[in-house]
Amino acid sequence: MSVLRFILITIIITLGQMWIASYSIAQEATIQEAPAQGAMEESIEPLRPVNNVVAKDTPNDDGKSLSLRWDISPDDNRVSQYIILRSASPTEGFAEVGQVPTNTSRYTDEDNLVKGTEYYYKIRATNAKGEKADSEVSGPIKPVAQWFNTDYKFIAIAVIIFGGIIVYCIYSAKRGREFFIRRIAGLEAVDEAIGRATEMGRPILYLTGLSGVSDISTLASLNILSRVARKTAEYDTPLLLPGYDSFVMVVEREIVKGAHIDVGKPDTYKEDNIFFVSDDQFAYVGAVNGIMLRERPAAIFYMGYYYAESLLLAETGNSVGAIQIAGTDADAQLPFFIASCDYTLIGEELYAASAYLSREPLLLGSLKGQDWCKFLLMISIFFGVIMESFAVGFGLSFLHWIARFFTAP
Amino acid sequence: MIAQFFIPPFTSLYDKILNWAMIISIPALVIGLTSLIKLHYTRIIRKTPNMPYSIVAFIAMITMALMGLIGGTGEGTGFEWMFKNIQVPMQATMFSLLAFYIASAAYRAFRARTLEATLMLLTAVIVMLARVPIGNFLWHLIMPNSNLPEVVSGWILNVPSMAARRGIILGISLGAIATSIKIILGIERSYMGAGE
Repeated sequence: MSVLRFILITIIITLGQMWIASYSIAQEATIQEAPAQGAMEESIEPLRPVNNVVAKDTPNDDGKSLSLRWDISPDDNRVSQYIILRSASPTEGFAEVGQVPTNTSRYTDEDNLVKGTEYYYKIRATNAKGEKADSEVSGPIKPVAQWFNTDYKFIAIAVIIFGGIIVYCIYSAKRGREFFIRRIAGLEAVDEAIGRATEMGRPILYLTGLSGVSDISTLASLNILSRVARKTAEYDTPLLLPGYDSFVMVVEREIVKGAHIDVGKPDTYKEDNIFFVSDDQFAYVGAVNGIMLRERPAAIFYMGYYYAESLLLAETGNSVGAIQIAGTDADAQLPFFIASCDYTLIGEELYAASAYLSREPLLLGSLKGQDWCKFLLMISIFFGVIMESFAVGFGLSFLHWIARFFTAP
Repeated sequence: MIAQFFIPPFTSLYDKILNWAMIISIPALVIGLTSLIKLHYTRIIRKTPNMPYSIVAFIAMITMALMGLIGGTGEGTGFEWMFKNIQVPMQATMFSLLAFYIASAAYRAFRARTLEATLMLLTAVIVMLARVPIGNFLWHLIMPNSNLPEVVSGWILNVPSMAARRGIILGISLGAIATSIKIILGIERSYMGAGE
């Protein structure tokens, strides 16, 4: 009996193992078959194109671009790039004008568009296997030029308001209205500096900065130069102008020559006192420092835009004992000039110099206009801070309108 | 410029005008070069005391011009070698003088004789303790676990200093607008050498 029982148990165990083994083999076969089937399904499924292609004229441009948007392909993970095709006909003649990578749904076409011509677009999804899928044709669309950039409408309003205030004040001055201008120490010292140089018999050095004639600070500097040149011509004080920009040097010569003619001393004009040095920053600084150490001017004017060389110039000028008057709109260099120079015109004081020195009513009127604009800005900042605080604190988004007014896109 | 900023079709016209401006400015460069040559030539002929500087200027100008014209200005040329090994180090030398000039200017400006100068001195000390490596090192020797100078200097730079800069920039912008209007309207003509 025990032998029979042993044989029976052995048979049952063996059959069980055989069943388990056959089940496992069947499972493996199913798994191996599944990817093959899946692979077959993947290769059969065609690449799907993008949808909802929308072509429209790019806003606020000069009529030379069109903007495209689309929904990316549902098979974007199989796409390697989208090719933008364009044609003047809806059915034929599509040529590639650009490509964008996968997962991109925008494109701006600026490729030789002709204003007024109708264009049709389609987007082709492609991949490395050579599969491609074209979207439906979108169009027609024409590039059109806009005559006003609406992104800048608030800036235009601000320009009109501020410009209008300044023009109003200028013409008020023309009608005889008098304006009070506060004392500016640096400008009051100009005559003192010229007088000092005349008494000591030493020249005056005038620098117009390191920017070109198109820069507003250079123009302001040239305005001051005309006043200084007249005084030096009257007193026969040498005026040295080492130039950084050759164009500015030409203008400087004309100004100084005109000043000598105006005071009736054209023969005292020396063209060699106004010369070009270099348009390299540190070469210019080296040359001017050398001039300061050799010529030992009694007065030095730094009027214009300066960079890192401001302290190099001002300290050298200080070492030769010259009275130094600086004026710049380079806010980063103002601390250096303030530390090294006797008088400094800060920012807008440089622009006010011409009006201050000449006392012409029209020029003084523009200064008043500036002051009114500044007052308007201060009021706007004050109310803007309050409105923005309420907008953020209480979620009142309509209160952002002052900030929007002064924000460029 | 106003038109091209607000009216998009004028942008291409603005680009053309910029090109014209560059073309027109080239003869001015010739005038500047002529002025430079005339100045140094006169000094050499008259044997002024500073004549050696003028001879050096001539040699440098002619050498660089010839090397550029004959050998080109690309990589591996003599022009490029001279620029990299002579001009650039000289520029760096001039720039490095700034450190000493800053120290000299600071020594003069930060003497605590007036209230304003004392405030400037205190502010400079606080900012240097935070921003200069040796200041940082010295502070942490005294108070290793404190970053008070960084906090205070950050506040100084981001609040009162930034406010002052923005105010100055606002004033500069308005001044530039007013000056531009005066020039456009022909009220300001001094820069053209016009008489009173």
